[in-house]
Amino acid sequence: MTESIHETIAVKADHLYKAFGRRPHEIVKKLKAGKSRAEISSLGVAAVIDASFEVKQGEIFVVMGLSGSGKSTLIRMLNGLWETTSGSVTVGGTDITRVSAKELRDVRRKSISMVFQHFALLPHRTVIDNVAYGLEIQGMNRADRLAKAQTIIDLVGLAGWADNLPSELSGGMQQRVGLGRALAADTDVLLMDEAFSALDPLIRREMQEQLIELQAALGKTIIFITHDLNEAMFLGDRIAVMRDGRIVQIGTPEEILTDPANDYVAQFVQDVDRARVLTAASVMEPVRAVITKTAGPRAALRTMRDLQTSVTFVLNRDRSFAGIVRDRDVLKLVKKGETDLRGIIRDDATAVLSETALVDLVEPSVESELPIAVVDEKNRLLGVIPRVTLLAAIGNVSTNTGALPVVMPPATISIRAITDILGDTVDDMPIDAEGVRA
Amino acid sequence: MNDFRLPLGSYVETFVEFITDTFGFIFDFIRAAFAGAYDGVQFLLGEPPFWAIMLVLGVLALGIRGWKFAVGSVLGLIIILGVDQWDYAMDTLALVLVASVLAIVLSVPLGILAAKSTLASNIIRPVLDFMQTMPAFVYLIPALLLFRVGVVPGIVATIIFAMAPGVRLTELGIRSVDKEVVEAGQAFGASPWRILRQIQLPLATPTIMAGINQVIMLSLSMVVISGLVGAGGLGAQVIASLNRIDIALGFEAGLAVVILAIFLDRITASLGSANSTGFIGGVRRALRARRVTDEPASSADTASVPEPARI
Ligand SMILES: Nc1ncnc2c1ncn2[C@@H]1O[C@H](COP(=O)(O)OP(=O)(O)OP(=O)(O)O)[C@@H](O)[C@H]1O
Ligand SMILES: [Mg+2]
Repeated sequence: MTESIHETIAVKADHLYKAFGRRPHEIVKKLKAGKSRAEISSLGVAAVIDASFEVKQGEIFVVMGLSGSGKSTLIRMLNGLWETTSGSVTVGGTDITRVSAKELRDVRRKSISMVFQHFALLPHRTVIDNVAYGLEIQGMNRADRLAKAQTIIDLVGLAGWADNLPSELSGGMQQRVGLGRALAADTDVLLMDEAFSALDPLIRREMQEQLIELQAALGKTIIFITHDLNEAMFLGDRIAVMRDGRIVQIGTPEEILTDPANDYVAQFVQDVDRARVLTAASVMEPVRAVITKTAGPRAALRTMRDLQTSVTFVLNRDRSFAGIVRDRDVLKLVKKGETDLRGIIRDDATAVLSETALVDLVEPSVESELPIAVVDEKNRLLGVIPRVTLLAAIGNVSTNTGALPVVMPPATISIRAITDILGDTVDDMPIDAEGVRA
Repeated sequence: MNDFRLPLGSYVETFVEFITDTFGFIFDFIRAAFAGAYDGVQFLLGEPPFWAIMLVLGVLALGIRGWKFAVGSVLGLIIILGVDQWDYAMDTLALVLVASVLAIVLSVPLGILAAKSTLASNIIRPVLDFMQTMPAFVYLIPALLLFRVGVVPGIVATIIFAMAPGVRLTELGIRSVDKEVVEAGQAFGASPWRILRQIQLPLATPTIMAGINQVIMLSLSMVVISGLVGAGGLGAQVIASLNRIDIALGFEAGLAVVILAIFLDRITASLGSANSTGFIGGVRRALRARRVTDEPASSADTASVPEPARI
């Protein structure tokens, strides 16, 4: 995910504070001196306390937190709608806390647009005129902006509603108008304040997927606010978790899930739909039962005997994943005295890419008792996921407490029988029984 | 009684005298301007034959509210004509129109200013309270001094008395526009002036129109008081009937005021609501409907493409 992100900083927040009350600066001074949010509550509300982060060009940066944690306040400072009490915000290289009103308007026109939590559509304008609003402010002529707005309306799935008033649309459709308005403005940075909260779950999922597609296609930098953890995990390249005005952790979804900064975050992520967040790579285990294609049946059999499994993974010469062999088949080969494994390699083990979400592994895992092979783009075997491991990961059961009892299908032929067949003859076939984790 | 006495009244008197002496030329100018405006409107209303005026007002009523109101209006006007108050009614209408227009021209910008600046709002509000609660007769005295007898002091007193709701409701209308919608304008880089023009004023229009309606109604209520300073019209008729204890005349002139009031109230009230039921509203709706169906590309495929589900 992160490879595609340029290292240019699109938005930078530097020690942001926002306090509401009679003397906001005094509140901030006290906070900086180490007073807690509760201690200054008689003076007012500290909505955002010492927030610093950098959002890279092309990144989806999610700000997550419970209601009242200061998310909307934070996002409103990023485009200067609300003045910061202290600290600075840089958008595309311009410190917007230090520019004139006119320059700030320029930045908003060209660089940063916003989708509002409560839509904030212009109720007296039709859908198309709402979508074209940003372009109108940018000074585009009417014909051009209506044409562009029409394509955006189709994109957000509102074809046929262009000439309706917002009041004639449902909440979800209104939010799509809001999204369309921000997209039409075609700015590098998109601020989205709980943009999907008003949508029902199905449409919401669809919109989330669309947003990711859009982001991939247009390379927008998106700062997305949500109080829905699953949404945060699904959308975010990185997530900032807010609590009582402070950012308590910033990290990738996996980092937040697997390595929460404190109990608060841990508790927060407890209910996350882990199957959608965790990837194959994050739960896979090293492959132990593995041999190369050229190793021959005796080596295969020996490996399986040593590890007491009925199956071993087979790699090609270039270490790409070839398939599996089963002990019975190998046994037959050895009995026949053949030395070529190729005839008995089966492809009934599922191979998945390392970034596959766990939720997509459930089905193959149920259908076959074989562990799932995890491969990279070059089809190299990175690890395996036995069913137990998958279940443990989804259920958030710790797997660190010693090896799991069963990781591979147990041997179906007794060790003695195998040893008898292998005999005492020393065969110096190379055995690759090591994990091949990249 | 003790000797304590605040000589507030004489201060004001001295002040007004001072103003009259020093800025007399300004007031002469205002007097000429107001009188000119009044004469112009009065000429327009009073010079044509009554049926022409009835026709114009009838068409106006038809356009704004529909045929029932048009018929009612014309009937009302016929009654005014029938009780022989036509000319006076036209004089009064001219006075009310001039005073209301001036009051609106002054009060709407003041209301915008008060909405934009809390400081301005804090200054304007008590002044409005003062203007609105001070008995209207009191304005007549300085108005008389400054503008001499005639229609102008009537107009001035009317403006001062009637302005307040115009300012207040304009401020209220703009301030109660959804904050997030205004923020949306800001977020896309619109200038404050543009936000005022494209977002705040359009959305505040119903409230502002309610204010304008109030201004006109209050202007009409000042008609009789204006009559005291020689403004003529129905007001003078009512005063005359009072002096002569002439019940018949009093009733007829009073009835004419009521008819004018109903007419003006209904007209301005329906201008405020966005979808007026009359002819103009119908045209507006028809135009919008046509724009929807004229959509060239999408009209063909909206039929086939399933509509997005309402969420
Ligand atoms: N204009 C304001 N005046 C005073 N306090 C405010 C103002 N706006 C927000 N607050 C306070 O700041 C805190 C953070 O509010 P904010 O709207 O940023 O929360 P949020 O995280 O967006 O919550 P939600 O998920 O409900 O939208 C709250 O305690 C709120 O009461
Ligand atoms: Mg919020």
